[in-house]
Amino acid sequence: MTSSATTPDRLRSGSAETLGRIARDNAWTLSLFGLLAALLVFTKLINSHYGLTSLQFTATAVVPLALAAVAQAVIVISGGIDLSVSSQMALTSCVAATLMANYPGDGTAVVIVLLALALGLLLGAINGALVVLTKVPDIIITLSTYFVWAGFALLVRPAPGGKAAGWLMGLAVGSLGTSLLPKAAVVVVVIVAAIWIPLGRSRLGLSIFAVGSNRLAAFRCGVPVNRTKFLSYVIGGLLAAFAGLSLTASTGIGTPVPEPTYVLISIAAVVLGGVSLAGGVGGVVGPLVAVVVLQLVRDDMTFLQVDPNYGLVAQGLILIGVLMVGSFIQIRRSRA
Amino acid sequence: MTAADRSVDRKRWLDRAAWRNRMRDYPLIPLTLLLLALVVVVELVQPGIVDAGWVAFTVRQAAVLAILAGCQTLTMITGGIDLSVAYVASMSGFVTATFVNQPGGWVLGIGVALCAAAVAGLVSGIGAGVFRVHPLIVTLAMGLVVFGFSEVWQLQTLQSGAGVPSQLRTLGTDLTAGVIPNDLAVFVPVALVLILLLRRTGYGRMLYAIGDNPVAARLSGVRSWQVLVVVYIISAELAAIAGLVESGLSNTASVTLATPYLLPSVAAAVIGGTSILGGRGGYSGTIVGALILTVLGGILSVLLPEPWRQIVFGTIIIAVAATYTRFTGET
Repeated sequence: MTSSATTPDRLRSGSAETLGRIARDNAWTLSLFGLLAALLVFTKLINSHYGLTSLQFTATAVVPLALAAVAQAVIVISGGIDLSVSSQMALTSCVAATLMANYPGDGTAVVIVLLALALGLLLGAINGALVVLTKVPDIIITLSTYFVWAGFALLVRPAPGGKAAGWLMGLAVGSLGTSLLPKAAVVVVVIVAAIWIPLGRSRLGLSIFAVGSNRLAAFRCGVPVNRTKFLSYVIGGLLAAFAGLSLTASTGIGTPVPEPTYVLISIAAVVLGGVSLAGGVGGVVGPLVAVVVLQLVRDDMTFLQVDPNYGLVAQGLILIGVLMVGSFIQIRRSRA
Repeated sequence: MTAADRSVDRKRWLDRAAWRNRMRDYPLIPLTLLLLALVVVVELVQPGIVDAGWVAFTVRQAAVLAILAGCQTLTMITGGIDLSVAYVASMSGFVTATFVNQPGGWVLGIGVALCAAAVAGLVSGIGAGVFRVHPLIVTLAMGLVVFGFSEVWQLQTLQSGAGVPSQLRTLGTDLTAGVIPNDLAVFVPVALVLILLLRRTGYGRMLYAIGDNPVAARLSGVRSWQVLVVVYIISAELAAIAGLVESGLSNTASVTLATPYLLPSVAAAVIGGTSILGGRGGYSGTIVGALILTVLGGILSVLLPEPWRQIVFGTIIIAVAATYTRFTGET
C-alpha cells in the first residue's frame, strides 16, 4: 500500500479498497482476461467474418483441453503433476465409444457415461495410490501410467472407431437454445463449477492448497497429507474422464492413441493460468482462460495464413516468454 | 581379533541398514544383478539366442538410449529434467537427412543440426537458469518449439527430398568384425567424458552442489545460472548426437523419430540411481539402466503384442522405481 492512501480515502471507499485487494490478488487472472479480450479484438480485426458462430467452433474445439487443464490444475495445486492425463482421456473415450456402439440407445448411454466417469475415478485412484504408497516422484509414476493406460486403450480399441450417443454429441456443438452462449462453454463451466466450487468450500479443498504449499507444515497442522494427495488425483481422474467423454462427443468416435500435445498444452495452460508448478497457488479460472488464449493464437495463425506448424512454435514461445516474465517479476518482488 | 568381535562384525554385515547403505552407495551391484537376471530370462524365453551377435545388437540399441538418458542424468543431478531431448534428437536426425542432396552435403547438415540444438539448449538454459522457471515446463515448451520448427522445415524441404546419409547408416547400423557395434565409436567417448565430467571436474561437483542445495551452492560462490545454461546446452548437444546415431540405426528421417525414447530416457536415469530431486546419481548407473530397459524391451517384444507391451513396460518401471525407493529410503 502506498503512503498516499490516507485515512479519509479509506473510510470513504471501503468497497473500492476491497475491489483493489481482489484485483491485486487476482492480478494474473485479470491480465489473462485482458490478453483474451485483446486477442478477440485482434481476431475480429484480421478476420471480419469471425463472429458468434466461429466463437462456438472455438469453444467446441477447446472443451477437451479445457477439462484436461482443470484436471491438471487440481493435481498441480496439491503439489503433484499428471503426465498421464492424455492417455486417461484416450482410455475413457475409447471405452465410452465402444460401449455406445455395442449397446445403442439414449438410456444406456447415460449408464455408459456414468461408467466412464467411474473409470476415470478408478484411474485417478490408481495414480494417487501409487504416488502415495510407493513414494516415487509423481512425474515418474504418471509417466509410467501414461503407457499403461495407453496400452489398455489399444486393447479396448485397436483402431479408431465406435459411436457416440446423439445427445452426447449435441452437448458439444451449437449454442444454448436461442441465446448466443456456446453450448460447449456452458457445459465446461457447469462441470468445472460443480466440482470446483464445493471443493473450494470444503475441508479437502483447503487441505489440497495446504499440502501443495508446504507439505511438512500441513502434516504438522494435522492435515492428512497422503489422503489429500490421493484425493487430488481422484478428482483429476474424474475431470480427465469428462475430458475423454468430450473427445468422444466432439469426434463421435474413440481414438486409442493419446494426442501427444494434450499433456504439454494442459501443463502449459495451467502454468499460463497462474498455477505455480511448485504447488499451493492458483485456481481453475486462470487455466480455463489460458486454454482459450492458446487456442485463439492457433486460430489467428490460420486466419493470417501462416503455416499451421508455426502454431506449435508460437504456443511454445508464448509459454516460455510469459513464464520468464512472470518469474522475473517474482524474483524482483522477492528481492525488494 | 577375537571370536566375539568377529560375530559382531558379521552381524553388522548382515544388518539391514548396512545393506541399505551398501545399495545406496553402490547402486551398480544390484543393477548389474538385475541385468544379468534379465539376460537369463531372455535365454530361458528363447533358448540359444544369447550369443555375441545378440549382445552386439542389444548394445547397439542401448547406446542411443544411454546417450539420451545422459541428458536426463546431467539435468536431473541439478534438480531439473530435459523433456525436449526427444524432439531435439528427431530434429537433428531429420535436418541432417535433408541436407544430403544439397550443396554442403550431410556434413553441413550435421553442423546446422548441432547449432540448432545449441540454440534450443541455450534458450532452455536461460529459462531455467536465469529466469528460474521450472525446467520441466521450459524444456517441455522448448520441445514444442523444436517440433514445430522441424515440421515447418519438413514442408519447406519436401521437394528436395531427404535420405539418411550412408555414413550415418554405417555408424548406426554396422558392426565391426561382426561383434562390435560402430556406434560405440560415438558412445564410448561420450560415456567417458560424462563419467569424468561428473566425477573428476569442478564443473561436475557444481552440478551436484546445485542439485543438492541451490541456496548453499549460491552462497559458496557457484554461479548457478552459468552452470545451468551450460548443462542445458550440453544436454541438447547430446540429444542431437543421439538423434544422428538413431537416424543411422533405424535408417529413417522423421520429425518424430526419437519420441518413443522420451519415457525410457527418464526411466533409465531413474533406474540407474539418479535422483529426480537432484544431487545424487551418476552416469555409470544410467548406462546399466539403459541396458536393462533395452533387454526388457526385447523380451517384451517377443512375448507380448504391442498394447500389453506398453502396459507391462509401465508397470515394471513403477515396480523397479518403487523397489529402489524402498531399499535406499530415498527417491
